[in-house]
Parts: sequence; C-alpha cells; structure tokens
Amino acid sequence: MSFESITAFVAMGGYATYVFASYGLTALTLGGLLWAESRRHRAWLHRQGSVRRFEEA
Amino acid sequence: MWRWLHQWGSPKFFYHRSGALIPVLALASGLILGAGVFWGLLISPADYQQGESVRIMYVHVPAAILAQSSYAMMAVMALISLIWRLKIADAAVQTVAPIGACITLLALATGSLWGKPMWGTYWVWDARLTSTLILFFLFAGVLALRNAAGQSQTAGRAASVLAVIGLLNLPIIKYSVDWWFTLHQPASFTLTERPAMPFSMWGPLLMMVVGFYAWFFLAWLIRLRHELVKREVRSDWVQQMMKQ
Repeated sequence: MSFESITAFVAMGGYATYVFASYGLTALTLGGLLWAESRRHRAWLHRQGSVRRFEEA
Repeated sequence: MWRWLHQWGSPKFFYHRSGALIPVLALASGLILGAGVFWGLLISPADYQQGESVRIMYVHVPAAILAQSSYAMMAVMALISLIWRLKIADAAVQTVAPIGACITLLALATGSLWGKPMWGTYWVWDARLTSTLILFFLFAGVLALRNAAGQSQTAGRAASVLAVIGLLNLPIIKYSVDWWFTLHQPASFTLTERPAMPFSMWGPLLMMVVGFYAWFFLAWLIRLRHELVKREVRSDWVQQMMKQ
C-alpha cells in the first residue's frame, strides 16, 4: 500500500482533482461506450421485431 | 491458410464464430482493468518528481497507445477493403473509427489533466499534442466520410483512402518528441529496451495497456457484429436467426 490512510489516499498528495478526474473520465468512456453499444443493438433488435410483426400482419 | 482466412471474411461465419469471444473478452478486460487500477492507484509508489500525479500515467499512456494502434488497425482494414473489396473489412473500418475517436479524446483529456499540475497548462501547441489532435480529426474524418452519402460503396472507398493516407501521421506522433523537443517527455516505455522505471510502476502500466486492448477488442467486436447483422438484415441467415 502506498498510502498510510484513507485521508491520504483521498488527498492524493494535492493532486486529487486531476488524478480522480482522469480515472473518472476513463471509467465513463470505457463503460459508456460498451453500454451505448449494447443498448443500440437491443433497440435495433426490438425495432426489427416490430417491423416483422407489421409486415406479417 | 487462405481457406481459413476466406471463411473469416464471410459475415455469417464471422458472426457465428466470434460470439463466443464476447464473454471471454468482457471477463478479461474487467478483471485486468480492475486489478490494474487497484495496483496503479493504491499499491504503486509516488514519483519522486511528480508525486501522486504520476498515477495519471496508468490511464493516459494506455489510452494514447491504443489510440495510435487502433488507427493502424483501421488503416490495415481500409487497405484490405480497397484491395480485395472485402465487405467485412469495410464494416471493420466503419466500426473502429468512432471507438478510436473516443479513445483519442480520452488520451487528450487525461493528458490535459496531467499537463495542468505538471506543466501549468491544460494545453500547449506542442508537437505531440498537436499530432494527436490531428489523429482525432482523422478518425472523425473517416467516420464522417463513411457515413456520408448514405452508406454507399463510394463513401466506403473514400473513407478507406483517407484512413490509409492518414497513416503518415503515426510516425509523426511517434517521433514528434524527438524531432521537436518541446514540452512532452520522450517515450519512457518501449518494446525493445528495459524500462527506465521500476517494476512497481511499469507492472501496473503494462497491465493497464493489456486491459485497454481487451476492452477495445470487446467494444469493436460488439459494434462490428451489430453492423454486420444490420447490413445483412435481408439475408437468410439473419432472418433465420431473428426468428429464434
């Protein structure tokens, strides 16, 4: 462990804003892209289902 | 060998075979990135010059490496699509461009967040930063061209040509720190030499790089598979699959 306490970890040697903002942005980008991809795919499948029901009716 | 390659060029074959990779990549990227963040953020030591801000390296450097290599992969796919007119290669170009653009933006943003405390500014027109910004515009240009003129083949060829020409930018990014010695530090991490930093630092860095790659192939694969079924929606194999 590089930090003596949770307070020291949160303070990040005075660089807390920059360090946590970087990791936060990274999590947002990596997680967000995957989330958006799978949502897009599901939405498309859903639309296809409605189109087929429409065509068959 | 050629037969094997040929099979993978078929959207149907690719779609059915690649599905099994998704859970593997999801698990691998989740575990590796999780462990890498834990190692980099909590265990690895502070830098004697940069203090705790050096921890930004563990997300910035992998993002920058991935930004450049995803561009190289896109250009290779573009070349394949131009030469052999392989439909799946064109879909690969189209689907990797937005992911590459996002990762390039992430590299620029985390670099900016590192630059502020270390250089005193969020942005300078340093050669490395400027050429990375151009990389972002290249990704955006390929994406815009590909989606222009309603998914036509001409648009695909134009986008591929741009992607290949844009390869020129990669050596510029790589050597920018040596050619114009400005603010950005030269590479401290190469494939051929022993790293100058201790294992407690290059260990988590390497782990994050591997994790970023696993994530990238996962995101690319999901997007590519979606694009393939969308393009082939009228074909028998997609119709059959949707009935199930």
